Amino acid sequence: MSTLHTEEMTLNMGPQHPSTHGVLRFVVRADGEVMREAIPDVGYLHRSIEKIAEKVGYHGFMPYTDRVDYVCAMFTNQGWGMACEKLAHIEVPRRGEYCRVIAAEFNRIASHLLSVGAMAMDIGAVTPFTHAIREREMINDLIEELCGARLTFNYMRIGGVAWDLPPGWREKALAYLDHFDPILEEYNALISWNKIYVERLANVGVITPADAINYNLVGPNLRACGIKWDIRKDIPYSAYPDFEFEVPIGDGHWGKLGDSMDRYVVRIREMAQSAIILRQALAKIPPGPVLAKVARNFKPPAGECQIRIESGRGDMGWYLVSDGTGYPWRVHVRTGSFAAMGIIQKLSAGLMIADLVTLIASLDVIAPEIDR
Amino acid sequence: METLIHNVIASGAFGHNASPTLVAAIVIFVMSAVVFLGVAFPFAGIVSWAERRVWARIQSRVGPNRVGPQGFLQWLADGVKNVCKEDIIPDEADAPLFKLAPYLVILAFILPWAVMPFSSSLILADMNVGILYMTSVTALTVVGVLMAGWASNDKWSLIGGIRSAAQIVSYEIPAGLSIFPVVMMTGTLSMQGIIRGQGWAPQHWFLFANPFTFVAANILYISALAEGNRTPFDLPEAESELVAGFATEYSGMRYLFFFMAEWGNLFIIGAIITTLFLGGWQFPHVSNNVVVMNILQLISFNVKVLFLVFFSMWIRATLPRVRIDQLMTVCWKYFVPIAFVNMIGTAVWVAIWPDGNAAMGYIMFAAGIALTVVFVQRVIYYLKRSRMEVYFNPTI
Repeated sequence: MSTLHTEEMTLNMGPQHPSTHGVLRFVVRADGEVMREAIPDVGYLHRSIEKIAEKVGYHGFMPYTDRVDYVCAMFTNQGWGMACEKLAHIEVPRRGEYCRVIAAEFNRIASHLLSVGAMAMDIGAVTPFTHAIREREMINDLIEELCGARLTFNYMRIGGVAWDLPPGWREKALAYLDHFDPILEEYNALISWNKIYVERLANVGVITPADAINYNLVGPNLRACGIKWDIRKDIPYSAYPDFEFEVPIGDGHWGKLGDSMDRYVVRIREMAQSAIILRQALAKIPPGPVLAKVARNFKPPAGECQIRIESGRGDMGWYLVSDGTGYPWRVHVRTGSFAAMGIIQKLSAGLMIADLVTLIASLDVIAPEIDR
Repeated sequence: METLIHNVIASGAFGHNASPTLVAAIVIFVMSAVVFLGVAFPFAGIVSWAERRVWARIQSRVGPNRVGPQGFLQWLADGVKNVCKEDIIPDEADAPLFKLAPYLVILAFILPWAVMPFSSSLILADMNVGILYMTSVTALTVVGVLMAGWASNDKWSLIGGIRSAAQIVSYEIPAGLSIFPVVMMTGTLSMQGIIRGQGWAPQHWFLFANPFTFVAANILYISALAEGNRTPFDLPEAESELVAGFATEYSGMRYLFFFMAEWGNLFIIGAIITTLFLGGWQFPHVSNNVVVMNILQLISFNVKVLFLVFFSMWIRATLPRVRIDQLMTVCWKYFVPIAFVNMIGTAVWVAIWPDGNAAMGYIMFAAGIALTVVFVQRVIYYLKRSRMEVYFNPTI
């Protein structure tokens, strides 16, 4: 009997597709429901942010950094601030560093909440998403009190942060943390250990530790493969050496090491760790100024520098070259989502179409961060 | 029905020489119109509102609450809006099939109402093949959905249509096999006959008649959810994967038809389960007045069905979606063999105890109560840990 002649189908997933988290595009070659390959096509959200930096000057670029990754804008703020400070040898006041850590860790929780919520929604459960968004709204309320914005914060400045914690804010933040700890348990009961959910995530999109390193994965995606690498611990910056916390790594409990479930669980555990850091930071925060004296016409000496911070999506690198004028000569941002997009093509072979959605969500790819 | 037609002729409304065939045709037409337009469509609309409210409560949102009291008239507003919208037919689509598909789906939703046993007298047609008719006409959906998927000339729609075909055809088998045990026990396919085989008390329901029927009821309910494209089996219209599946290219009223059928199918799923396993309209004989008894039976039937409808909404708001291979595995590897075992088991059971085993009814009922208590305790446990003020203010 001769085999039935079948053809591969080329599917165009995105740039407008409900689950591509913004404007991603994948060219999917599929044989029925099974994918042969999904080729990521980046560039739909390119806004020349790095070039803008060369035109608006050092202080003026801070609001633009929010747009690099609008889901965790605190980290991009902090990265830009730290790069400039390193170049100009500015010492940030202690309280300023603590404010940065507090804002950033709250932002990390918010970012991970969005990530795990969107992941559940991509798998078809809408309820966890709304619950996660509800919690994220409360964090947004706190951050709004801090800096007046809910999404593009523009909270940090070169040399510290724009505003000190408002009166009574510390108590509100602590009250929120008390409310947040049981929420994680509630969330786990709601979706994390759901049989269908685990079946959908376990053993899907398995990344070996060697692949993770070769493809330059960072952050939770890397740690889910069992590699303990967290910039906050390994190359400490800001006030992080003052705090004790653990770095959760994937253990392959539900399937193979480095599968989508591991990436999901690592994010859930990181939220708990962020809450631990926040409690310590809110308890230990020293008095004093929050902003170092920085010239209005900020001109760092000529030279170049590279800093790394642990963003919600992992190791974020800021590379800055100054020629001694009031405008940067070159700025480059190295983001986790761009690296994560690279491995999708390798992982996609043999997965189902439904799994591609899971894979994108589990790598926590955020469209603006890919293209800048 | 026949007595009704005789009464109409005897009342002389059509003159004394009226042809019985003509009168029958008119009566059937009017009755059908009342049931379809007065019950089926409003029910689908109201379910859409109820589902959005129930979902909203579960998801700690508010839901539609602006049109009418508690947003009750939202479904009418949505209907009017969708009627006013442009009916877009893509250039590349196969226009005649594209237009026809929603009507087939809605037809598959309307036809089962003909044998819907609301009470001992309220049934349009008590056919002797009632339950068989019900399962066959609901399967018409697959034709409409596949047609929509193919005629849209869109790859996402096509995948949705093919998924739907695979899913509905597969789950027809365990669903059909799970109906057999009840048919074997009653020896009839008629809806009223099956209900009359049960009593009003739970221990006389077929759900608790023997262990096999209990399993069959569960398989039938899950298969029915799969046939109705409900979560966790909503793959044909999986929003996060296939945009909107087979309905991607539809707009306006045609789009709404698919979803009206989906919402209305909840009632049909509930009605099938209620008829076969939950005693249908059975109610204790408390009055000799036929009208009163019929009203009580109507209430009995609807309470059971609406509980199942609510249960489906609850499931939809809770569970994520399975993958297509998992869906097929569940059907062919587990449901079909178990359904066959059920069938043989029931056959043996009926051979041993032709009149049923009353003691088993009580034991099963007690076991059912125990299960329910555990479940309710679990729910209460989580309710206590949740914030009541967020979840339990139904009148926001």
